[in-house]
Amino acid sequence: MAEAVVRCLRDGRLDGEHAPALAVEGSLQCCPLAAGAMLHIAAAFASQVAAGKAQARGLVVVAFDRSPLVYLEFMRRRSLDTNALDRCVRILDCYSDPLGWKQKIQNQQHQGNSAKQFSTNKENITVYRSVKDVTKLMSSVTELGGGFEEGKKYFSVAVDSISSMLRHASVPSISGLLTNLRSHEQVSSIFWMIHSDLHEPKVPRAFECLSTMVACVEPALVDPVCGESPGNLSVLEQNYSKAKFIVRLKRRNGRVKHLYEDLYIEGNDIKFDSAPSVSIEVNQSLVPKAQFNLELSEKERSDRANVVLPFEHQGNGEPIRIYDGRRSLPEAQRDLSLTAPALVDEIKAPKSGTAKGEIHYFRDSDDEQPDSDEDPDDDLDI
Amino acid sequence: MEEYGGGDLLSEAMGSAARVVVVEDCVEAPGAFVLHLLLKRALASCGAAAFLALAQPFSHYDRVLRKMGCNLSLHRRNERLHFFELLGFRGGAREGTIADSFVRLYNEIQRLVEANRAGENASQFTVVIDDASLLEVVALGSVNDVLNFLHYCFALTSEMNCTLVVLIHEDIYADEEKMGLLLHLRYIADLVIKAAPLSTGLAADVHGQLSVVNKGTFREQKAKAQKVWNFHFKVKENGTDFFYPGTRH
Repeated sequence: MAEAVVRCLRDGRLDGEHAPALAVEGSLQCCPLAAGAMLHIAAAFASQVAAGKAQARGLVVVAFDRSPLVYLEFMRRRSLDTNALDRCVRILDCYSDPLGWKQKIQNQQHQGNSAKQFSTNKENITVYRSVKDVTKLMSSVTELGGGFEEGKKYFSVAVDSISSMLRHASVPSISGLLTNLRSHEQVSSIFWMIHSDLHEPKVPRAFECLSTMVACVEPALVDPVCGESPGNLSVLEQNYSKAKFIVRLKRRNGRVKHLYEDLYIEGNDIKFDSAPSVSIEVNQSLVPKAQFNLELSEKERSDRANVVLPFEHQGNGEPIRIYDGRRSLPEAQRDLSLTAPALVDEIKAPKSGTAKGEIHYFRDSDDEQPDSDEDPDDDLDI
Repeated sequence: MEEYGGGDLLSEAMGSAARVVVVEDCVEAPGAFVLHLLLKRALASCGAAAFLALAQPFSHYDRVLRKMGCNLSLHRRNERLHFFELLGFRGGAREGTIADSFVRLYNEIQRLVEANRAGENASQFTVVIDDASLLEVVALGSVNDVLNFLHYCFALTSEMNCTLVVLIHEDIYADEEKMGLLLHLRYIADLVIKAAPLSTGLAADVHGQLSVVNKGTFREQKAKAQKVWNFHFKVKENGTDFFYPGTRH
């Protein structure tokens, strides 16, 4: 869910942890929607920052794929006024002159003039001209981030997109940049966009490993034949209007939670639509389709509850009768050699040093259904 | 069809907001006619254009467009058309030199766009590249250099309000790994026009089919605008006819 994702980013880093990181993955078939999702998350996050609800005091957007004005315009349409934008958003413009060509041209034309006159930083946009230098990029980002408020305050970073960065720098250097940002003491959270079909499969996977959340924007309809054939126009049309937004959240204990929403374009805005019974739908999709039944009926559930497990204490106040599993319980009751006294004696003198061992068995809670999505360790603060 | 083709299916499919147009074609269905049509339209409405020609000399385009009712020589003399004959364009042997050549080329285009914008009769400016596959050849296979150049041209469209039209041959990249120039261009494009042959083979009255995908951006978006179009075309001496399948007698 987009809101859940924005909340995680807003809440920021926990003590002793690195900053949460979101990877937004899109593909060509639904690229306008993936771009829209990234804009939406940036705008929603900036709104939270402006309202003072986020750990971060500002957002630094590293813009490769789009003009900085597109972000600002989108955020303005989302009711962020100029004051709020000036206060909370800084854009490192790697789009206008990423390789310094314009500056080079100007330098040749106006020989000897200072280069500073060409870095016309408008509003909250800083032009960056050395995209091949990842180290310098890191320091530019942290410099911008440190300028939001006095003192060491948190800021968040958005990179749009990693795919464009990968044209200028290697996977290890960009992974290093993201890791350094995540571990930087002032970075509250970080999110980035990557176009998965522009790279070998291992590249998006490598960046997924660096993230704590992965949001995949996938086509709403999959053309069984081929997405490129002009015959399947209705599929193409649908896929440019709406898509699936599938989120995988990695918890600290390693458990992965899946969430799912639809997203669609409405006018020049992007909207999310929570599907009803989200987790059930996802769980059902996770159960493999087989020719036998993997679920339990009510009768089966009650029968299972009545099964007497071996080595279990029935806990009903009667003398302990531990069923050792070799015979059914009523038979065991008639067989005096296996009745309680022998066992009670054993329990009274647990350290008698006899060869017999003891098994103390406590059944798992009956409240939890098997394969439940709940994690009993969720409330632990380890 | 109207003389300037303003009222045909292609105009309707393209809309008015597209800034980056990528035309894909193949050997069986060449897409150069789309470039000719877009160039004619760019010059017709008092606009200006820069044409980067790597595939053919000026005389070829002059001849073709003349039959379509557009005098390229006149436009060139009036400096409404800036023609870059790049048949002999050499990217250079060393990596640095390729980039420098592209920087110089970009510089010239930028100056033209700026001059047009600052001029008294500022008009719509269109940059046409024929074609991106040959750009890769002159860059000695360096896709990155070509993409850098195209990125700067792409940035011009948002900064200077001009349009970029690029032709690329889709079938060259059919077997290539996914990181090819084609995929990058499809990402950048607002509009993808793809010329393909008919699945039924050659025909006298129908030369192929055109699919137009208007991805739309978040700059301007008409609610519920149709995004995907498909129709047939027939290339004539004086223009091109566009029609829905089955509507030709």
